Amino acid sequence: MTRWGRISRDLVMILPVTVLAVLIFTAIFADVLAPYPYDKTALPERLTPPAWCEGGSTKHLLGTDTLGRDILSRAIYGARVSLSVSLLAIAITAIVGTALGIFSGYMGGRTDAFIMRVVDVALSFPALLLAILLAVSLGPGFFTVIFALSALGWAGYARIIRGEALRISTSDFVAQAQVIGVSPGRIMLRHIFPNILNILIVGITLSVGAMILAESAMSYLGIGIPPPVPSWGSMVADGRNSLDSAWWISTFPGILIGMVVMSGNFLGDWLRDRLDPRLRQL
Amino acid sequence: MSKIILQVEDLHSFFFTRRGVVKAVDGVSFYVREGETFGLVGESACGKTVTALSILRLLPEPAGRIVEGKVILDGTNLLELDKEEMRKYRGRIISMILQDPMTSLNPVYTIGDQIGEAMRLHQGLQGEMVEQEVISALRLLNIPSPETLLRQYPFQLSGGMRQRVAGAIAMSCHPRLLIADEPTTALDATIQAQYMALFKDIQKKTNVAIIYITHDFGVIAQMCHRVAVMYAGKIVETAMTREIFKTPKHPYTSALMNSVPRLDHKDERLYSIKGQPPSLRDLPPGCRFFPRCPVAEDICRQQEPAEKEITEGHFVSCWKVK
Repeated sequence: MTRWGRISRDLVMILPVTVLAVLIFTAIFADVLAPYPYDKTALPERLTPPAWCEGGSTKHLLGTDTLGRDILSRAIYGARVSLSVSLLAIAITAIVGTALGIFSGYMGGRTDAFIMRVVDVALSFPALLLAILLAVSLGPGFFTVIFALSALGWAGYARIIRGEALRISTSDFVAQAQVIGVSPGRIMLRHIFPNILNILIVGITLSVGAMILAESAMSYLGIGIPPPVPSWGSMVADGRNSLDSAWWISTFPGILIGMVVMSGNFLGDWLRDRLDPRLRQL
Repeated sequence: MSKIILQVEDLHSFFFTRRGVVKAVDGVSFYVREGETFGLVGESACGKTVTALSILRLLPEPAGRIVEGKVILDGTNLLELDKEEMRKYRGRIISMILQDPMTSLNPVYTIGDQIGEAMRLHQGLQGEMVEQEVISALRLLNIPSPETLLRQYPFQLSGGMRQRVAGAIAMSCHPRLLIADEPTTALDATIQAQYMALFKDIQKKTNVAIIYITHDFGVIAQMCHRVAVMYAGKIVETAMTREIFKTPKHPYTSALMNSVPRLDHKDERLYSIKGQPPSLRDLPPGCRFFPRCPVAEDICRQQEPAEKEITEGHFVSCWKVK
């Protein structure tokens, strides 16, 4: 491989890792990094454009929103909510869905049929309705959002993983493992799981964007994290009405969402290649 | 004569499907001695593999079930063991090599990991010990430079090498009985010959009993001490290999042998048995072979023939054999 080829291949990993690391870092140290508190309003300075635009000021680098709140500060704090909610919800749905999917695919028969009917119900249930229901009954808040996002999200994983697990269960190497006395639990964990990792990783990277957007949809409907705590999704939603006059309110959190989603996708691609032994040594 | 290690008695394994009961194995009895290679020969779908899976109790449940019979290994009836106990027999005392080497290895683990798995499981070995044992298992199969091989992945190996690795996995815990289900079918003729020589060598070293499943009489002639011919879920003839080649008694056995191409015969056309084997869902009364049998009589149509011992160790189920 040429020198440039190697650098560009590693760049695919380094860049997204850097982006995600920086964003997670800012989320953790938001209190130190943000120039203003996220809820500090300043009506005289409302709708200030970003610093490099006409009428902008260096006091608010990325401008202010309709209440005069600093966009940069809110975006920094917003990283907290957006990243923690989506990462936690992805972790929960991926773990539950994978476990059930492998179990269902490997056991087959009635167990499989039962789990898949539950998946059918979960997939056909309107997610937003459940979210509203949960928000009403539990009250809006951080854990309600995570619960609402996870309550149905596992089903998609379970369905995809189950199909793959079913295919792998009938393959000869699983039969070989059975023949030498490997226990069902170990077969599922050691023989089937590594072989579905590719699909799982693709599923996870795709759902990073979906989860952040779902969280923002909930915030938009007022059943997310209650205001004034910012999330990127709710910031995008806030700025929608003034998009023609004050584009900066929606744009910056939107760019951040895009960066996270793309970082996730690149990292997923890279990981998938690394985990495939056929590509590992090439 | 060495002692009998496995005795299968009147084994019935059926598949219960929506369209009826498939009698894949319908009353099979045989025994295998220590250090012996016992051949199980017959055309496709005659119940060879189901017999093997029944011995290991790995039929695809709940559709496939052992309905009746005994599988006695060293005095223990395997069919009476609970699942956990049975699992401890697999790999440690009975092991099996599957048909297709291309798919019987897990693509994501190194060869060393896969051969070591049974050792970790059954013998509780760890770390360095596993590696030592894996290397000696690979040596047993005459694999050159085992130290390099154990860090390689299945996709880096040729078909013949993969099948040797599958052999090493099966032999990794020094089982006393090895079932080989057409292990050479997917290999080309030269590799096949090497592989069979290897098996003989392993047997000499370890005294393992082998059940060799195949449809190829050539393989039987080279590998097996004794052989059983299966047809539609039953064993129709059992004898020493030499004897069965010299004096096949059952019409099916002779017909099968006539269907093998031979270098010393210059016939125009290869002999073939007319018709199809009966459906295992709907077996004819009487002898299962009578619709295709060249010498069938009325009695063959009406009653199933019982198994007769015509000379010592030579069993035949046929009305025409006196």
